[in-house]
Amino acid sequence: MRSDAGSAVAVHAERLGKSYRIGRGPRATTLAERLVNVVRHPFGRGTDDAFWALRDASFEIPRGQAVGIIGRNGAGKSTMLKLLSRITTPTSGWAELHGRVGSLIEVGTGFHPELTGRENVYLNGAILGMRRHEVARRFDEIVAFAGIEQFIDTPVKRYSSGMYMRLAFAVAAHLDAEILVIDEVLAVGDLEFQRKCLGKMGEVAGAGRTVLFVSHSLHAISTLTTRTMVLERGRIAFDGATSDALAYYRALQTQGAEAPHAYRAPEGKTGVHLVRGKVVTSISDGLHRHLDPFALEFALDVPVPVSQLCFSVHIMDETDRAVNHFWIYGDGPSFRNSTGQFTVRIDVPKYRLVMGRYTVTVWVTDRATHTIYEHLTNLCPFEITMDGLSRPDYDWSPDMMVYAEDYTYDVRRRP
Amino acid sequence: MSTAPLVRIGKGAMSPLRTVREIWRYRDLFQALGTRDLRLRYRQTALGVAWVVVQPLAAAGIFAFVFGTIAKVPTDGQPYLLFSFAALTGWNFFSGVLTRASVSLIQNPQLVTRVYFPRLILPMAVVPAALVDLLVTIVAFLGLAAMQGRVPTAAFFVLPLVILLLGMLALGAGFAAAALAVRYRDVQYLLPVAIQLALYASPVAYSASAVSGEWRGLYYANPLAAPLELMRWSLLGTPFPGANHLAYSVAAALALCLVGTWVFRHIERSFADEI
Repeated sequence: MRSDAGSAVAVHAERLGKSYRIGRGPRATTLAERLVNVVRHPFGRGTDDAFWALRDASFEIPRGQAVGIIGRNGAGKSTMLKLLSRITTPTSGWAELHGRVGSLIEVGTGFHPELTGRENVYLNGAILGMRRHEVARRFDEIVAFAGIEQFIDTPVKRYSSGMYMRLAFAVAAHLDAEILVIDEVLAVGDLEFQRKCLGKMGEVAGAGRTVLFVSHSLHAISTLTTRTMVLERGRIAFDGATSDALAYYRALQTQGAEAPHAYRAPEGKTGVHLVRGKVVTSISDGLHRHLDPFALEFALDVPVPVSQLCFSVHIMDETDRAVNHFWIYGDGPSFRNSTGQFTVRIDVPKYRLVMGRYTVTVWVTDRATHTIYEHLTNLCPFEITMDGLSRPDYDWSPDMMVYAEDYTYDVRRRP
Repeated sequence: MSTAPLVRIGKGAMSPLRTVREIWRYRDLFQALGTRDLRLRYRQTALGVAWVVVQPLAAAGIFAFVFGTIAKVPTDGQPYLLFSFAALTGWNFFSGVLTRASVSLIQNPQLVTRVYFPRLILPMAVVPAALVDLLVTIVAFLGLAAMQGRVPTAAFFVLPLVILLLGMLALGAGFAAAALAVRYRDVQYLLPVAIQLALYASPVAYSASAVSGEWRGLYYANPLAAPLELMRWSLLGTPFPGANHLAYSVAAALALCLVGTWVFRHIERSFADEI
């Protein structure tokens, strides 16, 4: 037990914290300014305010666990990575890492345009902490992974940006460390290559190595990690199973205090009401791939007959604009003039909404009496990703459209 | 698993012994950075190696004209061009290492903010390229001397010690300058002025024997004086600078290395936040 405890833990952090001074003036950056400061404030620095980028982070990571770190911008993710990879030192607390630490805050650090691909591989490998013989041993593998065999002795300034990034990532992906600290490096490169990298990182995570992984891609987090920490304003707000962490994070995103990906009516609710609501997404709970079949499932309790009962659903985007409207009224639905529990399933064979985060709004009304039985917002937050759908020449970007239509085209040269 | 290294974060500064071990662990990075500098220097310029020789030769030529021809500075009986060129080889090595070391951090912010390695490697890694420059210059000197019928004596083999001494002086000052430049950007403007002054306070354009007796003691307070005189002695057979002056320079070099390293390690913790 005693001997196991030491080796079973890969990372142990205790009240780790980092603060930055946001004093009244900018910090002296020249000797002259420093002298002026000393004359003005001979007895210290006056009233400097400290901003805590990360505070009281305590956790233990067992050897071989892959841990995700998510959080909004400025929540402290990068600070955490910089502390654990020893780029910067903590203001308070401490951490111990048992094993060789490799950190990938960005890929291609130190690449020099004038040097050839081969020279850059060795240089970058050394910068990442690899020994020369380690790089030599894996050199062919690295070049093959990048797929640039015939350009390896060309200066990288002549590479396309895609080739450059592929080579840079290839070196990083072959970093041999027991503990890997990885920042959002997948944001680069084409989708095809991103998938390959995800696969490679999956191998790493599966090979018993300890991985700490920051990403905005919830898809990547859910595929690669089993445990996830959610950072919020410099503190660890949630630390647990990845599926729970993602639910927690989505709830945070939609601002609702609690907005899990499925809706369930509170105990004891009476009257005409929505019992359950759920989005059926294609990748995982709350994560859907663009153009995959999509469905919404609801259960409705109708204790009294209502002549013109209407049920409708809006899909809202992040700016609270309704982007879809599914309505179930008119003569069709059997829940009119009837009582009991009804299930409603809405199927969309090919869901064309583009990448982004969405929520569901539900209306249950009576057209005849203008009664609103239910108006529920921010239900079932879900995310649509374009992962796995590559497009030549220009990659997808979030704001290029809200909806993708099917179309064909015809191009002819004018006679 | 018992061999797995333990990385400690935020429990005070790393001990000097651990620092040395870390640097040793990263020795391949030192080599890689050194090789990069060499490749870049000799690949991009059309004249390549020639520039390394032309620079000190031009300086020696100017000195020869100003001090040798116009001012007729005594040269311990040597032809002026050889006399000044001999010391300039050493001087260029010193000033080259110091100048490049001083900007080694602020010119590589992406390395400092994106990846961990012992930061002392950066100023240290300027040495290999400067050393190759020095060797090329010495070969050029030997050629120039041979044309005037001079061949090196056994004293030539003292040269590695001179280079070591000059290297320690340059790196000691370079460590401090590199770290201070991260915090105070005026270091990069101040340093060239200081180096220029030091050139005239050192026996490069003239001989230390030209300094009158009562000032001689003060003159040798400059730790560069003895090694540069020693360099000239080793290459040309001018008077030996004196064991006491040399011992002082060795002590000064050691002290400078300690102080420089201390300053560096003191500021090092906040490099990534300030650069």
